Amino acid sequence: MTVIRDMFRFSPSFRWGAGMLLLILVLVALSFVSPYDQFARREVPNNRPPSREYVFGTTALGQDVFWQATFAIRNTLIIAGIAVLVSRAIAVLIGTFAGYVGGLTDRVLSAFTDTFIVIPVLPLIILIATILQGNLGMVQLGVLLGLLDWAWPSKRYRAQILALREEEFTQTAIFSGMGRLKIIWHEHFPFLIPFTLADMVSGFLYAIGLEITLAILGLSNVSLPTIGTMIYWANYYQALLANRWWWLLAPIGITIVVVVAFYLVSSALAVFLDPRTRLKNLAAKGTGA
Amino acid sequence: MDLLKTYILPRLLQWLVVIVIGVTITFTIPRLLPGDPVEQTLRRVTANTAIDPRAMESFQNAIRDMYGLQGSPVEQYFRFWGRLFQGDLGPSLGAFPTPVTTIIANGLPWTIGLLGTSILISWTLGILLGTLAAYYPNKLWSQTLDKILIVIYPVPYFILSLLLVMAFAYYLPIFPLVGGATGRPGFTLAYIGSILRHAFLPALSLVLLGTSFRFLIAKALAGRVIASSYVSYAELAAVPTPRIIGRYVLRNSLLPQVTDLALSLGALFNGALITEVVFSYPGIGFQLYTAILQADFNLIMGVTIFSIIGIATAVLIADLIYPLLDPRVRYQ
Repeated sequence: MTVIRDMFRFSPSFRWGAGMLLLILVLVALSFVSPYDQFARREVPNNRPPSREYVFGTTALGQDVFWQATFAIRNTLIIAGIAVLVSRAIAVLIGTFAGYVGGLTDRVLSAFTDTFIVIPVLPLIILIATILQGNLGMVQLGVLLGLLDWAWPSKRYRAQILALREEEFTQTAIFSGMGRLKIIWHEHFPFLIPFTLADMVSGFLYAIGLEITLAILGLSNVSLPTIGTMIYWANYYQALLANRWWWLLAPIGITIVVVVAFYLVSSALAVFLDPRTRLKNLAAKGTGA
Repeated sequence: MDLLKTYILPRLLQWLVVIVIGVTITFTIPRLLPGDPVEQTLRRVTANTAIDPRAMESFQNAIRDMYGLQGSPVEQYFRFWGRLFQGDLGPSLGAFPTPVTTIIANGLPWTIGLLGTSILISWTLGILLGTLAAYYPNKLWSQTLDKILIVIYPVPYFILSLLLVMAFAYYLPIFPLVGGATGRPGFTLAYIGSILRHAFLPALSLVLLGTSFRFLIAKALAGRVIASSYVSYAELAAVPTPRIIGRYVLRNSLLPQVTDLALSLGALFNGALITEVVFSYPGIGFQLYTAILQADFNLIMGVTIFSIIGIATAVLIADLIYPLLDPRVRYQ
């Protein structure tokens, strides 16, 4: 609790980010009390610009853009959440294992990881999605995105472990007879947490981007409202040429708020939770006050 | 000789591994997934057109043959490689008898030109701005730049380029909406001007993407160098500031950027694919999009394999240039 209070007090980027996140959470919560079903069409008059009755206007499919957007943001966040859990589970497992075990295992795993870093993901996902077209549900899409984004973070987890193993306090712990697991848990884990948090957010943002890309290309399940499919349908009905900007404004605006919010919160958290900065803050407090 | 053994050979080996694994994945995926791509392709291609039975049969055979679906999986696998070595990726289904390689070759110059130019600009710009911003963290311009790029950086690339199209090609029609160039191809001023005008927005969106990413990394790297004691010493010794920034800070934070550039090539390539879709720019990405729309499965596979080999080779080249820049590797 004190952490959050301190962050509100000292970190302007956390204040902004948290405020924007709250807004998003309200939107997600509103989706559960929506007067419409998320798959329903022809519920309201078509193509109305924003008005008092339809705050964000209506689509050519007869949906209220505002309520549609609440479903879209919810589904996109779920997909990205699944993707991040899958990719980071693999990344942490392979990265830390390679880092701690070392030797031949490390070299084989690293070569494998480097391979997946180099292979361009987008064509591969497009290939898979083309074959599975229409059969990609929320969970499957999340897992697919996750399976293709573990390599880069895995390399970074390994680098973190290698750096920690070289630290002086690790040597001290070893020589004072601390057990291996205890060192990992008590000495290394606190350093890994801020890194993992920041990394998970960046993975989350990446997954959101990929979801949007696939959906706009028409490669995911386009009847499910997500940020990407909203843009897909807006493009499909040529919202831009017909000057129905409100249909595009909602998904684009929400995306920007979401990603900037997560980015601000994560960078503030990474700075704040890092034991090194906390030590520095403590030292500054000691001399200053 | 040592350099060859400890540096060049492992890189070559890694290059081979990347290509083998990448091609194997591309070979395996369609065979593991549910749904028969041949059936799917046939159904979609013949959905609203009447094709005479003979053409249909040759079409079907072509598809079966093209996917190498005769024989056991192992045989198929080796035949797949055999054809790849001959540079044969089969015919496109959307533009039927045209080989996939020809289509890719047509798009390649556009993609390489766009990607190469924007990587060069964004890499230079990002590092310069990032280093300067790290050296002057309290100036108004560096803080403003920091805030702007922090907002741009996490925005999904599709959204960023869509916004640019809306703003500068649609609402303020300064730049053309689609295409690579207009007029007759040739070394005329008008044609080159048209290429530049068409490439400006796509390149701008890629430069924005690359610069914001590079800026954040450069700032972090330069910050570490600036904190080191030799920079403090140089400042105390009244070494001129441009010299400190150029010789000490920039030079020493540059090397990781070269490695990083090689590793981020794949991401930038993904970006280029999206750019071309959004701006209808006639490179590989746009062909990939056309292939998706026409369910041209073979072209999608061709582009996938081609991008794996292309990116792997580009990374290899960047890795091989590295020792020329880093004396520590050379004199190991």
